[in-house]
Amino acid sequence: METLWFILVALMLTAYVVLDGFDLGAGIISLFVARNHDERRLVLRAIGPVWDGNEVWLIASAGALFFAFPLLYASSFSGFYLPLMIVLWLLMLRGVGVELRSHVSDPLWWSFFDFVFSISSLLLAIFFGAAIGNVIRGVPLNSDGYFFEALWTNFRVGTNPGILDWYTVLTGVLALVTLTVHGAHYIALKTEGNLNMRARRVALLSWFALVLLTVLSLIATLYVRPQVTDNFRLRPWGWIIPLIVLASLVSMRFFLRKGSDLAAFLSSTTYIVGMLAGAAFAIYPYLLSATTNPSYSLTIYNAKTGAYSLSVGLVWWAFGLALAIGYFTFLYSSFRGKVLLDDEGSY
Amino acid sequence: MDSALVIHRLHFAFTITYHYLFPQLTMGLAPLIVIFKSLALWKADERYNRAARFWAKIFAINFLFGVITGIPMEFQFGTNWARFSHYAGGVIATGLAMEGVFAFFLESSFLGLFLFGEKRFGQRVHWLASFMLFAGSWISGFFIIVTDAWMQHPVGYEIAADGTAHLNSFWSLLFNEWALWQYLHNMGGAVITGSFAMAATGAYYLLSRKQEEFGRLFLRVGVIVAAIAATVQLFPTGDRHGKLVTDYQPVTLAAMEGLFQTESGAAIVLVGQPDTAHEKLDNPIYVPKALSFLTHRHWEAQVKGLNEFPRDQWPDNIPLLYYSYHIMVGLGTIFILVMVTAALMLWRKKLFNAQWMLWIIMLSFPFPYIANTAGWITAEVGRQPWLVYGLMKTQEGFSSNVSAGNGLFTLLGFMGMYTVLSILFIILIWREIGHGPADLSRDTSKAEAARSVQAA
Repeated sequence: METLWFILVALMLTAYVVLDGFDLGAGIISLFVARNHDERRLVLRAIGPVWDGNEVWLIASAGALFFAFPLLYASSFSGFYLPLMIVLWLLMLRGVGVELRSHVSDPLWWSFFDFVFSISSLLLAIFFGAAIGNVIRGVPLNSDGYFFEALWTNFRVGTNPGILDWYTVLTGVLALVTLTVHGAHYIALKTEGNLNMRARRVALLSWFALVLLTVLSLIATLYVRPQVTDNFRLRPWGWIIPLIVLASLVSMRFFLRKGSDLAAFLSSTTYIVGMLAGAAFAIYPYLLSATTNPSYSLTIYNAKTGAYSLSVGLVWWAFGLALAIGYFTFLYSSFRGKVLLDDEGSY
Repeated sequence: MDSALVIHRLHFAFTITYHYLFPQLTMGLAPLIVIFKSLALWKADERYNRAARFWAKIFAINFLFGVITGIPMEFQFGTNWARFSHYAGGVIATGLAMEGVFAFFLESSFLGLFLFGEKRFGQRVHWLASFMLFAGSWISGFFIIVTDAWMQHPVGYEIAADGTAHLNSFWSLLFNEWALWQYLHNMGGAVITGSFAMAATGAYYLLSRKQEEFGRLFLRVGVIVAAIAATVQLFPTGDRHGKLVTDYQPVTLAAMEGLFQTESGAAIVLVGQPDTAHEKLDNPIYVPKALSFLTHRHWEAQVKGLNEFPRDQWPDNIPLLYYSYHIMVGLGTIFILVMVTAALMLWRKKLFNAQWMLWIIMLSFPFPYIANTAGWITAEVGRQPWLVYGLMKTQEGFSSNVSAGNGLFTLLGFMGMYTVLSILFIILIWREIGHGPADLSRDTSKAEAARSVQAA
């Protein structure tokens, strides 16, 4: 049961990264690919009806994590106190950046909110990547299951790491490039003409960085946490995950050169799913491992809630998620196709 | 250590109080927008659609601010109240997680459809979208109340071997008696905020002689809904909620009422000043025997005073509790007086010309916010010294691994951020009310064209 909930929470987080990932990516590239007022409006229109729903996956994931593994929620949210607060402020700025731009017709107002939208998206991508890096590297847990991490210490991994060290900065930059590519694919998919061409060019150029960083981060992970290979030895079917990642890297370039934006977007989606699945597969059954003493680590067994909750939860969760998937299907199919300026919409 | 406790309490109190300024309006406006959309379909009158579109704009701005200030709430249980989250997560996280999957997905999906889909999908889908927004926002409120109600009156749980609370009855959690009345009382408060805002906007339009047709429509709907909601807020929902406090939190009731000594035939104090040092109420103005009747339905019934309880069970800030409660009840009573009078004048066709009444209605809109806030302070300060009533003290629940300094840093950060948000919010709402519903009826494509020209 706890394994099932581990998978469900991981799935919801993955859904968040895939969905809000392209919103963030759109924000990261918007200043470069969209060069005038109308193009920036098009970028906002591409994500306008969906970004809020996409962000809900983060809140729902946090809720599900709290529900299934209360100790993990308590420990990690308080231990990652400072970066989480910064993430919350950035999420506010991103929301304001998307939604308030169109309310006032003034070029200065527009420029200001374009900048807010872009810089907050960029920083969010880095912070999310660094967060994953922290989870993989491990944190200095006490015997009672708590810790507190400074924003940085000496930038080295070790028994007393900070939120940012060379490894988590690397994963942060990897996340930034990943979402840049993913967002560029999405913008290419939703737009035509110059905007579409520039977005493709960004995706093609960033692809080299993506490949390089993927390889670097894999090597670094093997160095920082050699135990990640244990599960691959134990369950050899897991090797399919790196193969999927590799295939998605190849296919996103192939399809983009062919001009098939949808297939490229699906490839970067697969890449994200593969990378996150790989991370989840590698750390299981650990949720947060201790750099201090391995026996202090939080696992799905010592952090889970009561058995009754978990089984009842399965019923309402399945029901609720089925509804949510229904709404999302309806929403996305309602707003499918390229975005235009003469459509209804206030951005 | 103590100052960390104070900082974490302030942190949560500040962010939740600020956050709740927005949902109370969206939850209150949502049913009113459904009313306009329904009237538009039923009477085939475009005016109602314009009214709905105008309020949708106000709704959307409030919704955005509600979302961005609401996300921190989902995180703050863990960041600032980690030991509480670990202890109670086995129960309350069910409510919070269900809110995510049942309410937030619904709201966020249909908001996009509601704001951008009127032309594309037609009036029936647009009506459905407005209804779904209403449902989503009210479901969201329900799960939050379920969570708070469990902290006020824990049910359906057992204490597991590791000392944390685990759920053992899903339905008892959801149908907690406390949750039912608290929910109705809370949603009534939201409808009061929404309907007062609508009536006040209508009064503003009439007084400033702009958009008078819409001014009259907003007044009509706002006043009628506000008069009903304000009355229901006192009886039955406020009355029944008070009964629950009497039964399950008698010490809180005594502190709310400033009743230091047990009395038979206890009086209800309208105004007075609690003096905790001397355990008495200074300068009271009271109605004899009314408290006994209200709480026990009997004029001579005995009501327990604070003297019956050990001091460490008393709420830790009795003056704050006492004044918040009295402000809530006092304002609630004034709301009934104002809106029932206004409704009578509306019925006698005198409201639209009665300048003095329009002024009162226009200036009344901040007070429901104050009453709702004071009500929540009453509930949460009244629960003290408990975090989970009878199970966990507040001082046992905060994140002891997060220092006072870090807590203060982020509290100040939130204050700064929210100051900026407040300024933006006021600018935007002011502009929307300035444009008014008639302005929105302009052909959108023309407006777009004008904007593109401007841009070029």
